[in-house]
Amino acid sequence: MRYIVAKNSRDAVALLGAGDGAQPIAGGTDVLVQMKLSGVAPSVLVDLKKIPGIRDIVLEDGGIRIGACVSGAEMGENDALKNMWPGVVEAVELIGSTQVQGRATMVGNLCNGSPAADSVPALLAAEAIARIEGQDGQRDIPVFGLLEGPGRTKLGKGDLITSVLLPKAAKNSADAYLRFIPRTEMDIAVASAGVNLQLDEAGVVAAAKVALGAVAPTAVLVEDAAAALIGTRLDEAAVKQCAEACEKACNPIDDKRGTIEFRTKVAGVMATRAAKIAFQRAGGLL
Amino acid sequence: MSKQDFKILGTRPIRPDGLDKVTGKAMFGADKSVTGMLHARILRSPHAHAEIVSIDTSKAKALPGVKAVITGADFDELKNRWTGYTSQNCMAQDRALYDGHAVAAVAAISKSIAAAALKLIEVEYNLLPHVTDVDEAMKPGAPVLHVGVKARKLGDEVSGNTVGYYSFGHGDLETGFAEADEVIERSFKTAATHQGYIEPHACLADLGSDGRGELWCSTQGHYNVRLICAEILDIEESQLRVTASEIGGGFGGKTTVFIEPVALMLSRKSGKPVKAVMTRDEVFRASGPTMSSSMDIKIGMSKDGRITAAQAKLRYQGGAFPYQMVMMGAMSAFAAYDLDHVQSEGWDVMTNRPKMISYRAPGAPMAVYAVEAVVDELCQKLELDPIDTRLKNAAREGTKSSYGPTFKAIGLVEALEAAKAHPHYSAPLAENTGRGVSCGFWFNFGGQVSVSMAINADGTVNLIEGNPDIGGSRASISMMAAEALGIPLDRIRTIVGDTASVGFSDVTDGSRVTFAVGIATINAANAAIKEMCKRAAMIWEIDEDAVEWVDGAAQPTGHNAGEFPPMSLAEIAAVSGKTGGPIAGHHEGAPDKAGVSFGVHLVDVEVDPETGFTAVKRYTAFQDVGKAIHPAYVEGQIQGGAVQGIGWALNEEYIYGEDGRLQNPGFLDYRIPVASDLPMIDPVIIEVPNPGHPFGVRGCGETAIVPPLAAVSNGVSRAIGKRMFELPMSPPKILKAIG
Ligand SMILES: Cc1cc2nc3c(=O)[nH]c(=O)nc-3n(C[C@H](O)[C@H](O)[C@H](O)COP(=O)(O)OP(=O)(O)OC[C@H]3O[C@@H](n4cnc5c(N)ncnc54)[C@H](O)[C@@H]3O)c2cc1C
Repeated sequence: MRYIVAKNSRDAVALLGAGDGAQPIAGGTDVLVQMKLSGVAPSVLVDLKKIPGIRDIVLEDGGIRIGACVSGAEMGENDALKNMWPGVVEAVELIGSTQVQGRATMVGNLCNGSPAADSVPALLAAEAIARIEGQDGQRDIPVFGLLEGPGRTKLGKGDLITSVLLPKAAKNSADAYLRFIPRTEMDIAVASAGVNLQLDEAGVVAAAKVALGAVAPTAVLVEDAAAALIGTRLDEAAVKQCAEACEKACNPIDDKRGTIEFRTKVAGVMATRAAKIAFQRAGGLL
Repeated sequence: MSKQDFKILGTRPIRPDGLDKVTGKAMFGADKSVTGMLHARILRSPHAHAEIVSIDTSKAKALPGVKAVITGADFDELKNRWTGYTSQNCMAQDRALYDGHAVAAVAAISKSIAAAALKLIEVEYNLLPHVTDVDEAMKPGAPVLHVGVKARKLGDEVSGNTVGYYSFGHGDLETGFAEADEVIERSFKTAATHQGYIEPHACLADLGSDGRGELWCSTQGHYNVRLICAEILDIEESQLRVTASEIGGGFGGKTTVFIEPVALMLSRKSGKPVKAVMTRDEVFRASGPTMSSSMDIKIGMSKDGRITAAQAKLRYQGGAFPYQMVMMGAMSAFAAYDLDHVQSEGWDVMTNRPKMISYRAPGAPMAVYAVEAVVDELCQKLELDPIDTRLKNAAREGTKSSYGPTFKAIGLVEALEAAKAHPHYSAPLAENTGRGVSCGFWFNFGGQVSVSMAINADGTVNLIEGNPDIGGSRASISMMAAEALGIPLDRIRTIVGDTASVGFSDVTDGSRVTFAVGIATINAANAAIKEMCKRAAMIWEIDEDAVEWVDGAAQPTGHNAGEFPPMSLAEIAAVSGKTGGPIAGHHEGAPDKAGVSFGVHLVDVEVDPETGFTAVKRYTAFQDVGKAIHPAYVEGQIQGGAVQGIGWALNEEYIYGEDGRLQNPGFLDYRIPVASDLPMIDPVIIEVPNPGHPFGVRGCGETAIVPPLAAVSNGVSRAIGKRMFELPMSPPKILKAIG
C-alpha cells in the first residue's frame, strides 16, 4: 500500500482517478477500521487533510461552508455554526467518543455510505450542498443526490468532496437531531431523525424537513411527515400524523440491532421528539 | 467470632500495581517479545458443525516466511479424557463443533505472512446438522455433539447432549404447595454472556527440542495452564515453566487454555519462540462465555409472605464439550431462603457453541434471577414489601440450606436490614420508574495454596504467592502479612511467582484468593515468627518457649519478662547471618472453611415507554464480605459485579443466526455497559466475620454479579407494569412487552 499526502485537490483527484483501488482518507475512523477488519489495504491511500482550506469553516453569503476535513470536535467549537445549525452539529458530535471526535469528519461520515450515519439525516433536513472536485472540475450537488445504498454513494471514480455548504438558516428556524441507541454512547443508530423547522411570526410551522436514518437503505426525507407539521404548533394530532408518516416511510432491515417493528416505531418517536426540540429552538411554544 | 481490632486491615493504602499500570510499564500477555520470535495465527471453522474431510496445508507451508503449520493431527494420542476435550477445544480433531473452532494454525516470521498463510490452507468440510438452543439440544433426535457422555441417570426423554443431571432439596413439595395461598409458576430464558475482559488471550511459548519449555501468558492460574499443557504436549510438569503476565481482566474466562497448547506445539515444530494473540473476534467466537439457560420456577407463598414450597428446573447450555456447571445454579437457586419444602434440579446440555467456562459466580446469576423474579411477582401480587418478605424467609446461622449444609454465621439478614434502613429504599420514585430488589449468593472456595516468605537482613519482607492477582491480592496479601508480622505495610513486597518459584496453587477463581492465600500467608508469617523467636531466645540465651511475638518484636515472657528489651523484626533479621542464616516462612495447604457470602441489591430504573430504553438511575449494593481487608478493592469488586450484572440484564447476549454462526463477535454489537450508562454504584460493606478465617475473611468477588439480573428485571417489571421473563431486556423486547 502507498500512502500519499495530497498537496491540493487537483493532485488528489488525479491520484484517485489514476489506478484501481485508490481511496481517500480524512479522519480514518472508518477507513482504518475497515482495513483492519477486512485485512485488505487499498493500493493507494490519499490523505486529504493537507489540502489548503480543507479544514476551514467559512461564512459565505449563501451560508456556512465546512471543509471536508474539519473534525467533529472543531465543528463543536464553532459558535457561528452551532447557532445556525445546532442539529447538524449535535448529529456530528454524536459520532464516537472524545477520541474519535478529534479525527472523525462529517464528510467522511457521509462518504462512508452507512444508512445509520449520524450526520446524514441532519444534512438532508438542512438541505446541505456538497462541493465535489472531479475529473471534469468542480460541481455542487445536494447531499440528497449523493445517497445510493449501504456502503455506496453516487460519487464517481476520482470524485472528492472538498466542502459542504449549509445554507443560510432562515429567520425563526432551527434544526435538531436525535438517534436511538441501546446504550448512551459508542453505538450505532437503530433509528434516527433530523428535523428542520421554520416558523412564521405567529409561531406556526411554515416550512419543515423531516429526515430519517437507519430505517432504509439510505437516509430518507419524509415529505408527508413534514407536511403533517406545517401549519401547526405541533399539537397532538400533528405529532401523531407525523409519526405515522415516518412509520410508513420506513423500510428497515430486521437484524441483531433491532427488529423491523421496533425500528419503525422508534423512528416516529425520534422524529416527533426532534421536531419538538427544533420547534422550541426556533422560538416556538409547546 | 467477635470483631477484632486491626492496625492495617481495613485501611486503604495505594495499590502496589497502580503506578506500573497507569504508566504503561506493566507487562500484559501481548507485551512480551523475544528475538527470533514467530507470530501465530489460527484458522477457525466458519461452520457450526462440520466433519473435517481433509486439510491441505501444503500451499501454506510453501509460503516463504512460514515456519510451521499444525492441525488436529499434531494433537492425537491423548491419554486423559478431560485434557482430551480441552485439547480438542484448542484444535479440532475430525469435526469442527462450533463457529470459531480452531482447525489449523501457522507460525510465520510476521503477522501478515501468518495471515496470508491462513488463506492458503484448504479445508474440505462436510456440513452436519447443528443446534445452538438449549431446549432444542435436549430434545430426543437433536444432533448429538459427543456420543457416550449422556448423564447416567437420564432416559430417552432427553437427547445425548444432556451431560449432567443434579438434584438438591428437602421436604415434600406437594405438602408445601398445598399450604400456599398463592402459587406462581414461570418460565425464564437468559442469553449466554461473555466475561468482557478487555485484554484478549495472549501468550509467548518457547518449547525447545530438549523438552524444556517456557510459557508466558495471561491467565488466572498458571499452574493449571502448566498441568493441561504438559499433559497435552506430553512433557513433564517440571520442564514447563509458566509465568503469569499482568492480567487485563479474566472474571473466570482465563481459567483454562485456548491458544497456549497451540503456541507450544507451533514452537516445538518450528524450534522458535511463538507469540499468539487472539483478536477480539476470536475472543468472542472461541473463548469461553457463560451458559445460556431455560428455567422453570414454581414458588408457593402464604398471604403473610412465608414461602411454603419452592421448585426450580434449570436447563443450561454450555457449548460443544461435556461440562459441569448447572450444579452450581441448582445449589444457589434457593440458598437465600430458609425453606421446609424445596427442590432444584439441573441439566447440563451440549450445543454447537464455544465451550462455556466460568464467569463470576458461574451458574448462580441466572438461577437466582429466575427465583428472585418469582419472589418479586408474589410480593406484588400479595401486596407485600419485598425486603420484609425476604427477611421473613431469610437464611441465617443454623438454617439447613436448600443444597444440604447447615449455614454457620452468615450476613443475609444484616444485608437486608441495611437495605431496608438505607435512604435509597424510602426515596420517592419518579414517573416510569420502578424499584427492584434481589438477594444473591455465592459459595466462595478455598483450595490448594502455597506461599513463601523471606525475611531480608534489612528488615523487609518478600512474599511470593502462586496466584495471579486479578482483584488486588498483592495488596491484601501484603496487608495480611504486615498485620500478622506486626510491621509497617511498606516493608513488604508481594509478587506472583512463576511455576518454578513457589509450590502449586489452584486457579485464581471462586473468590478464594484473599481467603486461602490469606490463611497461607498468616501461617507463613507465623512460621517466620517462630523462627525469629527462636533466634531471639538464642541471643538472650533463654528458652525458646520463653519468647513471645508482640507488635512486630520478640520479647521475653514468663519469668524472663522484662529481662531484655524487645528485639524487632529488623533487629533479628540484621543479625540472622550470625544466628543460623536466612529466616523464612512458608506454608502449603488446602484451607476449606471459606464462608458463603450474601448480597442484596437495590436499583431504580426508568423505562422510556415509547422506546423501551432502560436507564439505571440509582443503584445500591449491600454485601457481607466477612472482613474487608482493603475496603476500596472490595468496593470495586461490588461495583464491578453489579455493572456486569446490569449488562447481562439489559443488553449483553450471544446472538446466533439460523446458520449457527455468531452474529455479534465484537464490542459494538455485544453491548457491555459504558460508563455513561451507569450511575455511581453505591457499595455498602457489611462485615459478619467468617469463623473459618483468622481475620474473618469471606470471598467477595463473585456474589455481586448475582443479584443485579433480578434486581433490574424486577425494577423494569414494576416500571412498566408487566412482568419480564427473559434476559437481556433489550429495548425491542421491553417495547414489545409494553405493547
Ligand atoms: C469508535 C467509533 C465510534 C463511531 N461512532 C459513530 C457514530 O456514533 N455514528 C456514526 O455515524 N459513525 C460512527 N463511527 C464511524 C466514523 O467515525 C464516522 O463515519 C466518521 O464520521 C468518519 O469520518 P472520517 O473522517 O474518519 O472518515 P474516513 O474513515 O477518513 O473516511 C470514511 C469514508 O469516506 C471516504 N472519504 C473521506 N473523505 C472523503 C472526501 N472528502 N471525499 C470523498 N470520500 C471521502 C473514505 O474513502 C472512506 O470511504 C464510529 C467509528 C468509530 C471507530
